[in-house]
Amino acid sequence: MNSEKVTAADQVEPSKTARMLEVEILRYDPDQDEAPYYQVYQVPCQEEWVVLDAVNYIKDKLDRTLSYRWSCHMAVCGSCGMMVNGEPTLSCHAFIRDLPDRIKIEPLENFPVARDLIVEMDSFVEKLSSVKPYINAAIEKTPEEGTYTQLPQQLQDFQLYTQCINCLLCYSACPQFALNEDFVGPAALALAHRYNLDSRDRGRSVREDVVASNLGVWECSFVGACSEVCPKHVDPAAAIQQSKIAATGDYFMRFLTPWKKTTKGQKSSKEIHDEASKR
Amino acid sequence: MKLANGNYIRPPARYSWWLRQGRYWRYMLRELSSLFIGIFSLMLVWGLYRLSQGEAAFSSWSANLWDQMLPLSLLVFVFAFYHSVSWFAVTPKAMPLRFAGKRLTSAFIVGAHLLLWLLVTALTWIAFIYGGEA
Repeated sequence: MNSEKVTAADQVEPSKTARMLEVEILRYDPDQDEAPYYQVYQVPCQEEWVVLDAVNYIKDKLDRTLSYRWSCHMAVCGSCGMMVNGEPTLSCHAFIRDLPDRIKIEPLENFPVARDLIVEMDSFVEKLSSVKPYINAAIEKTPEEGTYTQLPQQLQDFQLYTQCINCLLCYSACPQFALNEDFVGPAALALAHRYNLDSRDRGRSVREDVVASNLGVWECSFVGACSEVCPKHVDPAAAIQQSKIAATGDYFMRFLTPWKKTTKGQKSSKEIHDEASKR
Repeated sequence: MKLANGNYIRPPARYSWWLRQGRYWRYMLRELSSLFIGIFSLMLVWGLYRLSQGEAAFSSWSANLWDQMLPLSLLVFVFAFYHSVSWFAVTPKAMPLRFAGKRLTSAFIVGAHLLLWLLVTALTWIAFIYGGEA
């Protein structure tokens, strides 16, 4: 933890009346513990605090060994996701005043626990890169040829899905991911959809190998919990259902237009690559 | 379960995960309701079969629905109702509609579906009540 950060805990005036909160936190040190256990801390909280402030207080004043991730304290960075009373939450987004006098904080569910409240998220990063979350243009333009233009209305098509901050709350809420860790999952599929909808992008057929597979959108049974817990209202459930419809359309279009090799007449990654290397 | 690299895996509740939260309950009820939609379809098919056997057979089937089958019919109705409402509630996710360049709100799409459903139900009832006299 960066010691230069000024936390809300530093700003508490002892004279102010504070609300005592019993904070139960899952602890796990891979070097010493065989299994996680819970530790309870008494935290004097200010009324305007969020859960992250209480955790910072513990780190600063009660127990320096506590490990957790955080950065921005304003629901932008997506680092401080935790289970607060069993609900996947950004701890900087959960106000103490909305919570009971005893709260239970655990690392995000469905991920391996690395230490205390820190989870191992490598599997997510792999899945995210597998859907190629960047613009695959058919032909790369040189600076002289100008930029790729886009109408505001075309931007509107996918703007919702650009808000994802990779906080993993949706993966923690998803029972499908809990039962099958190979499921590509809500955030990665929502971002794949975001680029598929982008008018500048031609990479859909490449992404469909992952998106339209059994472990892609078809592993989703539309519980919808991902959209309910998303702090940025990205609505991954909507992205996945729309991707299912598009994939179904592709499947039937293959019979109707057998002369077309790739989805929606778009070029495959190989064709794009060949074209780029010719230039 | 502790892994070789030191990470700890907390095993998921394989069978009881849905008992923990309201949203999982609602999902399980929604999925379960399809079973009752199936039962409802079978009841309808059976009714059609009885109809093919003549008026007396059909009347005894429809009397049966109100008589011996009433508890089942009510149960099927409750689940069919939940099934329909939950179905319409998720429609905006699957179809992001646009009108005159603007995105239609979820409330509008759900509302339009429910209104249409109500209208069709009303028309069916009107046909059912007054249709025989024409």
